[in-house]
Amino acid sequence: MGAALRTEYRKLVTTRLWWVLLLAMVGYMAFIAPIMAFVVTQGGDMGTVPGGEGGGPLPPDAIVRTVYTIAVTLGYTFPLVVGTLAVTTEFRHQTITPTLLAEPRRSVVLGAKLLAGAVLGLVFGVVGTATVAGAGALVVSLAGQPTYLDLASTWRVLALSAVALALWAVVGVGFGSVLTNQVAAIVVILAFTQFLEPLLRFGLAATSWGDGIARFFPGAAAEALSGGSLYAEMGATQLLSPLQGAAVLIGYALLFAAIGRFTTFRRDIT
Amino acid sequence: MATTKPLPSHDRVIAVSHLSKTFGPVRAVDDLTFEVHPGRVTGFLGPNGAGKTTTLRMLLGLVRPTSGTATIGGRPYHRLPRPLRTVGAALEASSFHPGRTALDHLRTYAPQVGVPDARASEVLDLVGLGGAADRRVGGFSLGMRQRLALATTLLGDPPVLLLDEPANGLDPEGIRWLRVFLRALAAEGRTVLVSSHVLSEVEQTVDDVVIIARGRLVHASPLDDLVRLARPQVRVVSPDAAGLTALLARGGWTRAGDPDATGHAVDLVDVDAATVGAAAFAAGLELHELSTRNPGLEGLFLDMVATPAAPTHPEVAA
Repeated sequence: MGAALRTEYRKLVTTRLWWVLLLAMVGYMAFIAPIMAFVVTQGGDMGTVPGGEGGGPLPPDAIVRTVYTIAVTLGYTFPLVVGTLAVTTEFRHQTITPTLLAEPRRSVVLGAKLLAGAVLGLVFGVVGTATVAGAGALVVSLAGQPTYLDLASTWRVLALSAVALALWAVVGVGFGSVLTNQVAAIVVILAFTQFLEPLLRFGLAATSWGDGIARFFPGAAAEALSGGSLYAEMGATQLLSPLQGAAVLIGYALLFAAIGRFTTFRRDIT
Repeated sequence: MATTKPLPSHDRVIAVSHLSKTFGPVRAVDDLTFEVHPGRVTGFLGPNGAGKTTTLRMLLGLVRPTSGTATIGGRPYHRLPRPLRTVGAALEASSFHPGRTALDHLRTYAPQVGVPDARASEVLDLVGLGGAADRRVGGFSLGMRQRLALATTLLGDPPVLLLDEPANGLDPEGIRWLRVFLRALAAEGRTVLVSSHVLSEVEQTVDDVVIIARGRLVHASPLDDLVRLARPQVRVVSPDAAGLTALLARGGWTRAGDPDATGHAVDLVDVDAATVGAAAFAAGLELHELSTRNPGLEGLFLDMVATPAAPTHPEVAA
């Protein structure tokens, strides 16, 4: 397993994609976090959602919950895509053949990919969260408000945000092993994360029964893990506890990986 | 090059036994049995679609056989402890990430082979790609990809090599280089299996041939035996079977293969048509046919792999 892990790590870092995506994530976070910080510190109205309790200025500690977790709320697509591509590129470029020649035990290959995905995901999580915290805190302090960066609870949120993003990459590896067609996988990811899940979460929140379902969506679970979310502040969804959120997210990763193991990784490689 | 581990020679034998693979309605490999021995270069020959690649992929554990076994040193591929230390395989020249450099491609697999990174540079030099080590594979020609694929197989200095169409895309100079290289690997006691759909491409490289067509074994022998079969033959047909037999006995000529049931027609080798014709004339033997066939090695190969007029396997005839 050690050798397989080192090989997976080298596969990831010897192509340009990972740092291109990381750079894109940093750029996006550096752009969105100050905007969010500005809106929150100016006591902006976050809008009202039917059934939600939103509306009116947010309480001060909302800075922590909304701004510092923005990487989990809006930036998770990057680690998710990186994890997915770790599998789909192998099929796209047929490198799955030398991969399985080097390690014919296919469970070991998949396991190494999941673990390597977690490590690279953590890099995305730390860098993405740091960008958000840095850019966000700068705007908050310029507005003359407390950044809350002196509180241990804030650092806990930041750490959990990084962990949530790392888990997103693992979910990506699992998803990629189910849907190995790279173009299809990316289209599905974008459609689900940018459109379907937000829409469903708002829609379900409007019903009396939907909230219990929406909190088990992967996006909601990740936000639960980091302990706060823009959506939750907007009153869209009640979140699970952080631990439950982590469990749900890991559950998605393992479920996908298990399906991938018994479909993609069982087939003949021709 | 590092020295080959002193594996007992039976650990280098590739054995395919009653191997079959069905893809949907297509029987890609059909009850195939053959062995490949160390210290020799074996040509695995057959037209496109004969089942060569599928057979290699079953040997390498990438495709699950419908029935039968394919082993290396008596073990299926997935049971080999460090497979890349035992078997080096190059299946197609396109199994590279185009954005990765040649050296990074090799270094990627080095941990699983269990060799230091320096070995990656070593094998690149070995295949003449040392100068292109830091270039991305996406910009490589087909010939360079073939060399990189070969370099990958050599990472673990394996005693068994399986190469699928390694001469594809090589220029004549490259083919010559490959020939010398493969001969040298076999001379070190390695088992070298090289597939090709053109016999002439490997004719000067191989010691043994395994020829398949439509998934079935057509011929397996040392190349010399195949060459012998490809000698010019003189066909003699006479209505007088007894007279023909007597003529043959007097001439002391060698028959090629078995006589046909009637005894009216024979094929002879090591004799020319003029000699046979003169002897028949002198003996007053009536001849209905006296002809020379010189198929050559390639012609013989094409005859062997040609689709039969009456297909024995209707399911693949379509």
